[in-house]
Formats: sequence, C-alpha cells, structure tokens
Amino acid sequence: MPFVSDETQRSAYDVIVVGSGAAGGQSAYTLCMDGARVLMLEAGRKYVPESETPMFQTPDSAPLAAAGTPEKPFGFYDATVDGGWQVPGEPYARASEEDAGRFEWWRARMLGGRTNHWGRISLRNGPYDFKPHSRDGLGFDWPIGYSDIAPYYDKVELLIGVYGSNEGLENTPDSSPGCLLPPPRPLVSDLLVAQRAKRLGIPVIPGHRAVLTQPLDFARTPARLHPGNLTAQKILAADMRNRAACIWATPCGRGCAIRANYQSTTVHLPPALARGNLDIRTDAMVYEVTLGRDGRASGVSFIDRITGKQRHVTARVVVLAASACESVRILLNSRSAQFPQGLANSSGKVGRYLMDTVGSSLGGQVPLLESLPPLNEDAAGGDQMYVPWWLYQEQHAGKLGFARGYHIEFGGGRRMPGHDTGAGLEWLTGGSFGTKFKQDVRRYYGSFVDFDGRGEMIPNDQSFCEIDPGLKDKWGIPVLRFHWGWSEHERRQAAHMQKTFADIIEAMGGRVQGVPQTDGARAIAPGGSIIHEVGGAIMGADPGTSVTDQWCQTWDVKNLFVTDGAVFASNADKNPTLTIMALAWRAADHILERMRRKEL
Amino acid sequence: MDRRTTIKWVMAASAAWPLFKAGGARAAAASSELGYGTDPNLLKSYRPGELWPLTLTTQQQRLAGILADIIIPADKHSPSASAVGAVEFIDEWVSAPYPKHRRDRTTVLEGFAWLDAEAARRSGREFADLGASGQHAICTAICDESSAAAELRAAAHFFSVYRDLTAAAFYSTPAGRKDLNYIGNVPLARFDGPPPALLKNLGLL
Repeated sequence: MPFVSDETQRSAYDVIVVGSGAAGGQSAYTLCMDGARVLMLEAGRKYVPESETPMFQTPDSAPLAAAGTPEKPFGFYDATVDGGWQVPGEPYARASEEDAGRFEWWRARMLGGRTNHWGRISLRNGPYDFKPHSRDGLGFDWPIGYSDIAPYYDKVELLIGVYGSNEGLENTPDSSPGCLLPPPRPLVSDLLVAQRAKRLGIPVIPGHRAVLTQPLDFARTPARLHPGNLTAQKILAADMRNRAACIWATPCGRGCAIRANYQSTTVHLPPALARGNLDIRTDAMVYEVTLGRDGRASGVSFIDRITGKQRHVTARVVVLAASACESVRILLNSRSAQFPQGLANSSGKVGRYLMDTVGSSLGGQVPLLESLPPLNEDAAGGDQMYVPWWLYQEQHAGKLGFARGYHIEFGGGRRMPGHDTGAGLEWLTGGSFGTKFKQDVRRYYGSFVDFDGRGEMIPNDQSFCEIDPGLKDKWGIPVLRFHWGWSEHERRQAAHMQKTFADIIEAMGGRVQGVPQTDGARAIAPGGSIIHEVGGAIMGADPGTSVTDQWCQTWDVKNLFVTDGAVFASNADKNPTLTIMALAWRAADHILERMRRKEL
Repeated sequence: MDRRTTIKWVMAASAAWPLFKAGGARAAAASSELGYGTDPNLLKSYRPGELWPLTLTTQQQRLAGILADIIIPADKHSPSASAVGAVEFIDEWVSAPYPKHRRDRTTVLEGFAWLDAEAARRSGREFADLGASGQHAICTAICDESSAAAELRAAAHFFSVYRDLTAAAFYSTPAGRKDLNYIGNVPLARFDGPPPALLKNLGLL
C-alpha cells in the first residue's frame, strides 16, 4: 500500500522525506532503491500525470482561451495544482512591496511539486560555479568542487533523460560519454539566431532539457546506475521501458502523460514505489522537526489537511526537501530550549542568503521569418538551442562592471495560436482592422523571437526570510516574511542582457519591440519571479557560517539533512534543478553509507 | 482603468455621454470572488457561461458581434469572428471574476457606451444602426492608440483591448488555427526540423 494514511502507515521508518519534487523525488529514489524504508510527506494532493494531463487540449476547450488568471497564473493547462504566486489560505509576508525589494514565492501543492510544470532545462554548474569566492572574492565557495559532483550529474542525466551536446566550452561542462540524448533539430528561428549571434561572437549551442528525444537505454543504463544491485536494475529497466520518447507535440508545462519528460511523479516515484519500500502520504503539511533528548531529530509533526488533525511520525533520519523556502520555514518553526532560534540554526544562518536568478526579457519581430510556409514547429517544446555565458575572460579582467554571467534562453516559431495571437500588433500594423488585420496576423505569425536572460545573483545580507511575528496560515503555522535586495552586479548584468538581446535582434534584421532598458533597476525582474529561489540553509566548510556540511547534513543535528535548493552556497546562471538532484543523490548515498555503518 | 482615468475620458470624449453604470442584478455575478479555483478539471471542455454567468445584455451582445466582425470579417480563407463564437467568448471574458477581466469589463462597456454616443453625435443613431461606412469611419479614428487624437486616446485604448479580445476569440478556435496554417499539436514519430530547401532559401544552410 504505497499511498498511506493513519491506518496503513508504519510505526517507524528509516527515513522521512519531506517533499516530493526534484529533491524529495531524488532523495526517496536513491534511498529506496538501496533498500531503505522511506515515508514521503507531501503537503499537496495526490497527482497522476498519466490520467490528469491535458495532452492535446486546444485553447477553445478551456475557459478564457486558457489565458492565465490568479488561480492558474501560467495558463489554464499549466500542470500546477493548488499553487501559483499565492496559495489560498497560505499567505506569506513581504518587508517591501516596492519592485526593488519585492520577493515573489511560487509554490505548488501537489505530488511532484513544481517538477510537474517546470521548463525541464537541465544545465550543469561548472567548476567556477562551486568556487566563486576564490575566483572573484565575492559570495561563498561551496565545500565541494565540480569533480565531487560530476559523477552525480552523470547519474541524474542517465536516470531522467537529458538531451544536449558536449561542446567543450569554458565552465560549461561536458557530460561523460553516453549520458546525453541527442538534441532535437533546431527551428528556422533557432538557426537564424545562431547564425547572426555568431557574427557578434556569441555562441549558440544545443540546449539541455529533460526530454526523451529517443527511448532510454534500458538495457545498459540500470547496471551503470545501480552496480551490484540487481533488484534495482530490474525495476529500473522495466520502468525505463515504460517511458515513451517525445512525440513532438503538446507543451511540456502541462506535464506529460506518456512520461517523455522528467517530472518526479513519472520518473523518480514509480520505480521507488515498485521497489516496495516507499510509502507516500499526501495532504501532509509538515510544520516541525521534533528533537529527541539525545539531540537528534526524532521525527516530524504535520497536519493532515483532510482531517485538520496534528500527526507525528518517527524515523532514524529526517530529510527536508520541501523547497528552499519551505524547508527554511520548517527549520525556523522547529524551536526548542536547545534551538530557540530554530532547529540547526546555531550559526544564525537559517533563512539567510536567499537567492533567485537574475531575469530580463526582450522580444523582436524579424521580417526574414515572415510568411514562412506551413511548418510543424512544436518540436521539443522549447530551448532547442541556447546561449551559454561567453564572456568569462572579459569579466574576469574586470571589463564588464559586473562579476557574474548569464545564459540566454530564446524562442520563436509557429507555436499553437491562442489567446495572445494577434495581440498588441499596433507597433507593426499602425492599428489595422478588418481584412487587412487578418492579413497582418498571417504575415507576422511565427516571426517573433523572445529572449530571456538568466543570470547569477551573488548572495547578500539584504535578501533573506524569517518567521513573520504575527501572520499565520490557515493551519495556524507561522509564515515567512521575505526581505530582498539586488546589488549593482545584478542590475548591471540585467542592463547588459537588454543590450545583448537588442544587438542580436538587430543582427537578425529584426525590430526590437519597445526600447531596450538601459537602467538595470528597471530591466531586472522582481526577486523570486524566475522561480529559481535557492539558499537559506547554505552548505559550507565552517559550522559557524553555514547550516550544512558538504553532504547536506546539518552541522547541529546529525540525522537531519536538507537536500533541496536551500543548501546552495551560490546560484550560478545555470537553472538549479539538475544540481538539486545531483546533490540529493549524493546526500542519499551518504545517508545510506552512514546507516550501514550504524552511525545514523 | 481606474476611476480617475474614466472620469478624464468621459470629460474628454468627443461625445458627451453619461458614465456607463455597470449595475443591475446580472452584473452582480461579475463581482463574485469565485472563479474556477486552483484545481479545475483540465480534461473537460468548457462552454462560456458554464463557470460564471454571462452578463452582457442583448443589446451589448449585438454591438459586440458587429464590432468583432468589423475587426475580423469573413474572407476567402476563414469565417468572421462572430461566426466562431467571439461574442460568447468576449461575454465570458468580461463577466469573469478576476481583477484583469473586471478592468477589461469596464473598458469594454464604457467603450460600447462611447461608440453609441459618438454615433449619436455624428448622425443621431446608435452605432449598430450606423451602417458599414459610418462604423468604419469611427473605428478608423480610434484604431491606433499611439496616433489617436488626444481626446480619442481613451476610446483608442478601448479599441486596442477589444481587437486583442477579438483576436483571442478567433485564433484560439479551429478556424483560427487553420487560417494561420498551424499544423502542429499532432503526435509525430520523428521531428525532422525545417526542410533543407527552405533553409537554403533563407541562407541558413
């Protein structure tokens, strides 16, 4: 009985994993496949992608042509359940509502969390990204280097399936042979961006996304991932066989019923459940890690969202993987005589050094792409190609005025028409209507290319979260209050993005929509809005200035681990999800080893 | 649009016309906080009016259809906007309980009122009864927000919003997808990318 309740739950587990997304899914997978008995607690409801995903639904079947609303901010068909920038009954507080100091917190309340709808972009951090302080004197070094985590990047890529290519570029690591699936064919707009950006000295290479461009190698990969563990190999081989390759249709953000992309619910949880020692309890809102007399975590307390009752479960090890801010919230709400400022917070660093990704966008219209013949450009669902950061040397020489880099995600093509097709064309048409308007929409459809910069933010003292002194959610659990501030590094970087995008659009013979923003403070998206929030329980080499060690193990409580983005000591421009999974796998291996040695 | 802007607009309108009052029992539905919730069934098909009551009056619906078809008329490629449900879509949109949709409701209903007032000022008739050339003349005056005369700027903003809504209604239907030659949303065994001949033609190969 893998989905459990009060009646069917075991009395004790080896490990409790709080959260079921990228971190929780990977933690539970690794632990279960090696035989540990795991209870996973998820605050949201059970979610079954195979039967719930709107795979081919068209906008005319949805209310408001599937346009976003506060109840479904990314559109009606976005996979997110009971989530968004606001979750009903679960508020958060902000110290500032000004753009410069505002933080937005996206949450989902569903099995698999945000992995169900994410962009599937799966980039490795490079060697520089783990030692940023050594390189430029800013922020913090991680207690690990690239070589420590590289084997785990390989493993995660092999398990979940990531397409991409090895280009041998600076701080943009290659994968080991056989790890990556072939990248998809680029669109016309991708090739035009690549050709024209190259003339500006900007590299454009295949993207890396967790989408199966071909079936997984179920004959060889299981043995590579689980050497010596025949049970795990057999289960994984069977599961990999059941994941279909991409059918080049329907947006990944809806989730994937045929399991052709990565989401925790279709990749991590099925084999872990098949192994027979994973129990999952949904609608379990964890609010506290309890401390035993021996100074170890004894278990967790949660509220059953269906009955409203408080429950407590025990285990040898507790893993927090609830998302960076939610894990921080649980730690800060776990107060005791020994830890009056929150559990594992003797350093005072829990909640500190919250980071997001620097985001800035600009779009343009490209005459060369007008009136193309009919083409099916649904492709892999986005990011067939991207621009890795390319100015490491110039930056290191101090020529740019900001210390860290960004990559560029871009997209064009003849995407499925919908609620925004033909909207806002006045700048091109002079306001046509009637037959001329229809001709104009045909002409311009598919001729737009949008650019999104995704850059590194350096941790700072103004960006943190704490428990709000008064506000509680509907369960009575104290909520977070966010403080936020950018530095000149991020603002200048955002302005640099704007100039780069305009340069590329013009090099394509295109017209920039609007005016590139030269004021970085206006170019930068509010904190949290890129949904790459990490930090808050950073790992380090010194218990006085960090919350966990290199194994995601809290310095203060030896059987308490944090395996989500909270442990990031820096937030490279690379999207964090792949690194979260690699760290979680590494931490789970460590937990298994320590349990075998009876140290946990 | 906030109230101050609305008042400015009414003061500046070329036609003097009382501020439209979005009141009455039918409009009350639009002030409900309830939408489709945060966990709607994504697999079923929804029709306008199913999730929240539609609120346009018969007269407003008539005007909505006329204006939608001025923006997207039938041509040899595809039908008109109203023929594929634009009135029902726009009614659903301006009746929706979300903040943006409530703002659009104000913009649209005040825009409708302005069209009638402007038609009355020009020729003593309602917009719907003005005939094609009179209707086009008014639309031409307000079709481009950036170049519209100052006193017509608010009306031009309305027209811009309404054109976007009409386009949303039309291009999200099968007829709209066909009009644009969209051929995706079908499962493919392989994705071969664009044909080499096209890439060669574009100088990309």
